[in-house]
Amino acid sequence: MDRTVIGLTVGFALVALLGVFVLPDWLMSQILIAFSRALAVLGLLVLWRTGLISFGHALYFGLGAYTVAMLGKDLGITEVLITLPAAGLVAALVGFALGFIIRKYREIFFAMLNLAFSMVLFGILVKTEALGSTDGFSVEQPTLFGIGTDDSTTKLTALFLGICVIGWLAAIFVHRYLRSILGNLTTAVRDNEIRVEYLGYSVAEAIHGKYVMSAALAGLAGGFMALALGQVDPESMVNWTVSGELVFVTVLAGPGSVAAPFIGSLVFELLRTYAFELVPYAWQLIVGGTLLAVIFFLPGGLWSVISKLGGRSRPSDPPANREEAGR
Amino acid sequence: MDLALTILVEGLGYASYLFIVSLGLTIIFGVLKILNVAHGAFYAWGAYACAFLIGEFSTMGVSDLGTMVAIPIAALAVGLVLGSAIERTIIRNLYGRDEVIIVLATFGLFLVLEDVILLVFGVDPYFAFQPTLAIPGVQIGGIYQDGYKLTMIALSLAIGLVSWFVLNRTHWGKLVSAIIFDSDLAVAMGVNVRRVFYVVFVVGAVLGALGGAYIAPTISVSPGFGVEVIVLSFAVVVIGGMGSIGGAAIGALLVGLLRAYAVLQWPEIELFVVYAVMAAVLIFRPEGLFAPAKARKI
Repeated sequence: MDRTVIGLTVGFALVALLGVFVLPDWLMSQILIAFSRALAVLGLLVLWRTGLISFGHALYFGLGAYTVAMLGKDLGITEVLITLPAAGLVAALVGFALGFIIRKYREIFFAMLNLAFSMVLFGILVKTEALGSTDGFSVEQPTLFGIGTDDSTTKLTALFLGICVIGWLAAIFVHRYLRSILGNLTTAVRDNEIRVEYLGYSVAEAIHGKYVMSAALAGLAGGFMALALGQVDPESMVNWTVSGELVFVTVLAGPGSVAAPFIGSLVFELLRTYAFELVPYAWQLIVGGTLLAVIFFLPGGLWSVISKLGGRSRPSDPPANREEAGR
Repeated sequence: MDLALTILVEGLGYASYLFIVSLGLTIIFGVLKILNVAHGAFYAWGAYACAFLIGEFSTMGVSDLGTMVAIPIAALAVGLVLGSAIERTIIRNLYGRDEVIIVLATFGLFLVLEDVILLVFGVDPYFAFQPTLAIPGVQIGGIYQDGYKLTMIALSLAIGLVSWFVLNRTHWGKLVSAIIFDSDLAVAMGVNVRRVFYVVFVVGAVLGALGGAYIAPTISVSPGFGVEVIVLSFAVVVIGGMGSIGGAAIGALLVGLLRAYAVLQWPEIELFVVYAVMAAVLIFRPEGLFAPAKARKI
């Protein structure tokens, strides 16, 4: 057991206990939404450590959300133990197929090609009357082991515990992966692809693997988001602004740790809610200003503050970006 | 035949305004290597400023044709003031950072500028149709064509020619070409790269604002309409090849005609046909159809 695993376990257990016994419902639902998004951010974090940023992961987010919603609507399957894995699987399969094309691209081309694919899905969904076009449609009542509930508090608590467990598992999985040989290639690929090839590894396959992983995580995140909101529509699930939000949270959180996406995502959700309540017409101003401030003054994201407060320097973590690596 | 003509004119009209906006985006990318998401905000600011000015002029008793003066005024004011301010405060401090980080910074800037619009101009839509009344329609092949749209096509042709001339026949154009080719080498040769960056950014901002100002009379200027144009002009620039003026023209024509065809004949594909083409171009020619030649670095 290393410190990160212990930290994650304690942290998630604490959040789960606090949520069930202390926190008010509105905060629980904020955490639920924030952690759902954080799953997708976790995938983007793996890509970012490889030096890649996708402006189109709403594609997989939306695929996951629509998979959950359509399984309930068209096939009557509402069992979350089936629908959520299906959401991740559908996203992973599409990610696997597109990955053969996407893995050849870097930098801005990687970002834009992802954007193009996600906008194609957006265009299709908006024009599909059977799926409610721009209005979308509501998600059937989810069930666990065949049990569903109409009581909103019970449902919220169940979903909340669910996201805590899945978030914990996903974070540990990604952490273990990043410590493995394949995971360690992440930083190596970013720093020098040619050297990685000389070491005998395939850069294309390493990137492909990370891409599929990030797609699966985004699909799972979208599936959870569909359950949390009880509604899917193209604008809030697949549009490029959704991809923008995911990238935003990735930068806000910082690449320092697998725990960062969860913290960053929660901060983002609270920031957005409060900004919207304080100044309804200027919440984008606050959110955009925060993004600029983070880029200029906090290149390591929120996590760099936390690790500084914790007073430990962790040489094993890669620097936040190339500048810090002393280019 | 009539249908083909309608598609052609509609498509050309759409393409010409896309070309003006995308031209600004593509020269900023070509020279500064910055993919400027905030370009959509220049566009929106230009449209708002123009619609506001036309309204003011109109109440002052200026003739419908006279209100067209608002278009260049709005474009220049927004481009010079906003473009300069942003280059001096934000963009200048980003040179040399990671490409993707710069895109995110301009994304943050875009969000901020979008909301400042709401604070300045309010949330109600603006209608500034006076210039469209001033220019008489024309009969082409038995179909009535909107005169204002035709002036837009003429304007974009003129802008295309002027920018080609500046880039290929003037000293400034040579400086810009040198920087696009290899900015490090340009610095070594004594080119004041920072100054060229500044001028190009402001010119790009003026073009973005001009696109918005010119389209303003034909639409209702309302919050959030700068969003769509960013993604569309990105598609144009990517299809044509980032940093290429000819590419922006070809990309805008392709996107404009495809859109017009889809809207009139095949509405189901209207929203994604552009992005499907963009994906196809990226797959087969990642540098775009007309990418400028890249320097081979040793």
